Amino acid sequence: MSVGELWEFRDLLIVLAGRDVKLRYKQTVLGIAWVILQPLLAAGIFSIVFGAVANLPSEGASYFVFSYAGLLAWNAFSSTLTKASGSILGNSHLISKVYFPRILLPLSTVFSTLIDFAVAAALMAIMIVIRQSGLHAGLILLPLWLFLLLVMALGVGLLAGALAVSYRDVQYILPVLIPFLMYASPVAYAIRVVPERLRTLYWLNPLTALLEAFRWSLLGHGDLELKYIAYSAVVSVGMLVGGVVLFEAMERRFADVI
Amino acid sequence: MSSSKSQIALSVRGLSKSYTIRHTRSVRQTTLAGAITDGIRHPLRRQTRETFSALKDVSFEVAKGEVVGIIGRNGAGKSTLLKILSRITAPTAGEVDLYGRVGSLLEVGTGFHQELTGRENVYLNGAILGMTRAEIRSQFDAIVDFAGVEHFLDTPVKHYSSGMYVRLAFAVAAHLRSEILLVDEVLAVGDAEFQRKCLTKLKATATDGRTVLFVSHHMHSVSLLCDIALLLERGRLVISGEVERVIRHYSQGFERHTSTASEAQERGGSGEFRFANFSPAKRCFDPNEVKQFRFDILQYRPRGGRFYLSAHLMNEMGLEIARFDSRLPGTWGEAAIENCELSFSVPWLKPGKYRVDAYICTGAGIIDAFEGASYFDVSEVLPYPCSTSHEGMASGVVLADFVWSLNDRRAIYSTDSAVPLSSQSHGGSRFVVHT
Repeated sequence: MSVGELWEFRDLLIVLAGRDVKLRYKQTVLGIAWVILQPLLAAGIFSIVFGAVANLPSEGASYFVFSYAGLLAWNAFSSTLTKASGSILGNSHLISKVYFPRILLPLSTVFSTLIDFAVAAALMAIMIVIRQSGLHAGLILLPLWLFLLLVMALGVGLLAGALAVSYRDVQYILPVLIPFLMYASPVAYAIRVVPERLRTLYWLNPLTALLEAFRWSLLGHGDLELKYIAYSAVVSVGMLVGGVVLFEAMERRFADVI
Repeated sequence: MSSSKSQIALSVRGLSKSYTIRHTRSVRQTTLAGAITDGIRHPLRRQTRETFSALKDVSFEVAKGEVVGIIGRNGAGKSTLLKILSRITAPTAGEVDLYGRVGSLLEVGTGFHQELTGRENVYLNGAILGMTRAEIRSQFDAIVDFAGVEHFLDTPVKHYSSGMYVRLAFAVAAHLRSEILLVDEVLAVGDAEFQRKCLTKLKATATDGRTVLFVSHHMHSVSLLCDIALLLERGRLVISGEVERVIRHYSQGFERHTSTASEAQERGGSGEFRFANFSPAKRCFDPNEVKQFRFDILQYRPRGGRFYLSAHLMNEMGLEIARFDSRLPGTWGEAAIENCELSFSVPWLKPGKYRVDAYICTGAGIIDAFEGASYFDVSEVLPYPCSTSHEGMASGVVLADFVWSLNDRRAIYSTDSAVPLSSQSHGGSRFVVHT
């Protein structure tokens, strides 16, 4: 596979992405509303459990807005990971019958994630306007955090998707691992509430710095730890490169094994 | 088959493909945990592996604009060859050079999605087959026209009849503009009229100067469509060249093969029972004579339950004329069965050579697949009183046992009927066929 070949197949990438988007809203009554309802409900639960019951601090914003901002980033990550890792098995009928660069399948899932993200982000914008806290200069960096989160998700998703062809348990591990990872990352709470002695361990999770930075860009509060962000950026890119290399190595056998 | 270098469309050298079949006491691990624990528990155990070669050292060249049929029995490696050429699977050894864009049609409607509309599926399927959106847009009307589904373009294809679905899917594929087209048995779908339309379309594709490789079981389509054929037998290229010669070789191969007991076990199917000596009562039958076949069924391994028998009658061109499925008259076999007989009197067969493929099956699958179980000839002794005109016999697949009865006009035009003469069928004659 080469970049030239990917370019040659760009129309297929667009059509596959279009298919995902169309299928997502066929035969659903509420359609695109689900994209907003899901984080709204989750943010509501978090503000009750973490905000009202546990009484955790929320960086100056209401707990609802605070956790919605976290979920915005988290959902972009987890949905890319979930869709990319399921994309090979989910299209096994294509793999065994026609040739195209297989990597298009996980890549094409990013588009529908981005559309979901845009819809949920529009609601975030409304919340920011209502809060009247004004726009924060750090907002300019938001696309960078999103990009790094997607890069990491895609890297892991490529590996998981390729492994799932031979080992179906990947499909069962991920739904268990993903919620676990969410509670282990500062999505529903801030890194500040984590006890000092655990914090280094927390920063080792490459998601932590990116999630904190994402919320910092939106709400203007929180910590922007440059060295950890640099660490996360390196890990993200490394994961993508590793994911692509391993995917390519396993790709040749897909049609024989699937 | 080849000429100067610049005119070669496709060249294959020393192509082999083998699959590893593992035999361990524990089956191949398909779960990650299984693979890990198995590796820990038995670090030194070597799995016994058996290598199955689907293709062995196949080399050939195809010149630009040639239409090549790939024939051979089930499991000869035809589909594997096509999958390698279309880059779906990688060869174990050997080289493939393709000069030009390759389009492959391994099934009709790859990637069609039930929930999407006809229009959306045309774009999706086209892109999957390798067309750009601009190409699909420019051919869209032609595709829709070919499929004849104008009114249902915005209906999800799940509401299509199976005929419409296949027509639309084939229409997209037929408009693929690649220099090399690989086609696998896709004509085995759709009604007869549509199959004819597809063959015509493929033929047009070929005369367009494009290169076509066509895999089929259907000797009739191969001989109509192709100039050249390759015959594969158990993964090896046996003969290639002019299509009629290769088809003849293929049919004779069946006769040579007419099985010895040792070969019986190599046939397809689970193999608890096998046919032996499936032979016609005579080497040559008259067209209207009762055709009888005798055969034995040998038991190789114990198996309970009932089975049914099925025989497929093929003419020289590989066209299946009739299928004698023992479920239809309600005849079922069991382990104790030994001597058997099949006989039929209609249809009358046209003079020529015939082949019978015989199968032993259960509801769950095939026990013995005996392709080329029997061969026989039908003589030129015609069953009609006045066989003077050969025109009357030239077309048609079988001979009919028929009567023309011509009635006097007055007998039909009765006085109390107001029906005018002109609307009577065939102006007063009736067509009666007794079979």
